[in-house]
Amino acid sequence: MTNEEIKEYISSLAPAATYDETGEWLNILVEPTALKPLMANLRTGKMQMNYLFCVTCVDFKTHLTMVYHLSATTHRQSIVIKANVNRDTPVIETVCDIWRTAEFLEREVFEMFGVQFTNHPDLRKLILEDDFKGFPLRKDFEDPINMIKL
Amino acid sequence: MELKEKIAGNEPFPGIVHETPGGGIVVSTFDSVINWARSNSLWPLSFATSCCGIEMMSTASAKYDFSRFGFEVARASPRQADVIIIAGTIVNKMAPVLKRLYDQMADPKYVIAMGACAISGGPFFYNTYSVVKGADHIIPVDVYIPGCPPRPEALLHSLISLQEKIKLGMTREQIRGEFKV
Repeated sequence: MTNEEIKEYISSLAPAATYDETGEWLNILVEPTALKPLMANLRTGKMQMNYLFCVTCVDFKTHLTMVYHLSATTHRQSIVIKANVNRDTPVIETVCDIWRTAEFLEREVFEMFGVQFTNHPDLRKLILEDDFKGFPLRKDFEDPINMIKL
Repeated sequence: MELKEKIAGNEPFPGIVHETPGGGIVVSTFDSVINWARSNSLWPLSFATSCCGIEMMSTASAKYDFSRFGFEVARASPRQADVIIIAGTIVNKMAPVLKRLYDQMADPKYVIAMGACAISGGPFFYNTYSVVKGADHIIPVDVYIPGCPPRPEALLHSLISLQEKIKLGMTREQIRGEFKV
C-alpha cells in the first residue's frame, strides 16, 4: 500500500485525520475519541497492523500527544498514529484489548506522563516505586532533592 | 618517611631481617604483616551495572590480568569477596541492593568507585529522577577512578593504589578501627 492509499483508507474511517509525511513513517493525527475504533480496524481490517512496537507520549507543554507506532509484519509496513490529549486531565481509551503488549507500554506512559487509560485492566506504575510522586518525563517535572540546577 | 614516598616505595615485605648464623629473624609488627597479607589477596565481587563492567572484565582477562596483583578471581557471592568495584551507574532502585551487598561482605572490605557514574551520577544522568548522584551516598568509598569508562590501566592503577592504602592502614575501615575502643 502506498502512502496515498493509506491516507485514503484512513480518511474513510476517521474523516478528521491529518497527515504528516516529513518523517520516516507516515504520521497520522486523529481525534482521541476516534482513536479506539480506528485502531481496532487497523488491526483486523485490510491494513493488518498486527504489531504495536512502541507506545509513548510527548509533552508539548500546551498538550500531551500520544504516539503509537504500528507495523504490519505481513505487508512490511509501519505507520504512526498520534492523538492529542488534554494536559491537565489526560484521558484516553486503552488499546491493550487490541494489542496485548500495550498493557505494559501504557503502564509506562501512565507513570512517566500521568495519562489515564480508561478500561485498562491493571493501571499501576511499571518501573518507578509505588510511592513516587510526579511524572518525571513531563517538561515541568522538578525534583529538588535529586536535581542539579544548571 | 613522607607519605608520598611511602606510596611510591611499595615495600616488598614489611620488616627488617636480622642476620643470624644459619639464617635470620624477621622483625616486624603484626599489623603491617596482616595488612601486607590482606593487600595481596583482594578478591573482587562481580558487580557491574553498566559499561564500566566491560572494562572491568577486560582488566580481569588475559591481556591485563589483575590476578597478577592478587585480585585472583571475581567472586559471585559477596560473602567471599573482599573488595567491591562499583562499575557503573547506581539507580535509586539499585541503591538498596548495593547497600545489602556491601553489608553482606565479610570484614575487612574495601570499595572502589569506578567511572563518572559511580563518582557523581555520571556525564549523562546528572539530572535524572532515577540516578544516585555518586555511590558514596550509599556506602563509603576508598578509591575513586575518573573516566567514562576508565581504561583497564586506570583500573589496575586504582587497584594497586588500594593495596598501598591498605598497607599504610589508611582505608576508611582501618581508620575507623583505630578509633574503636
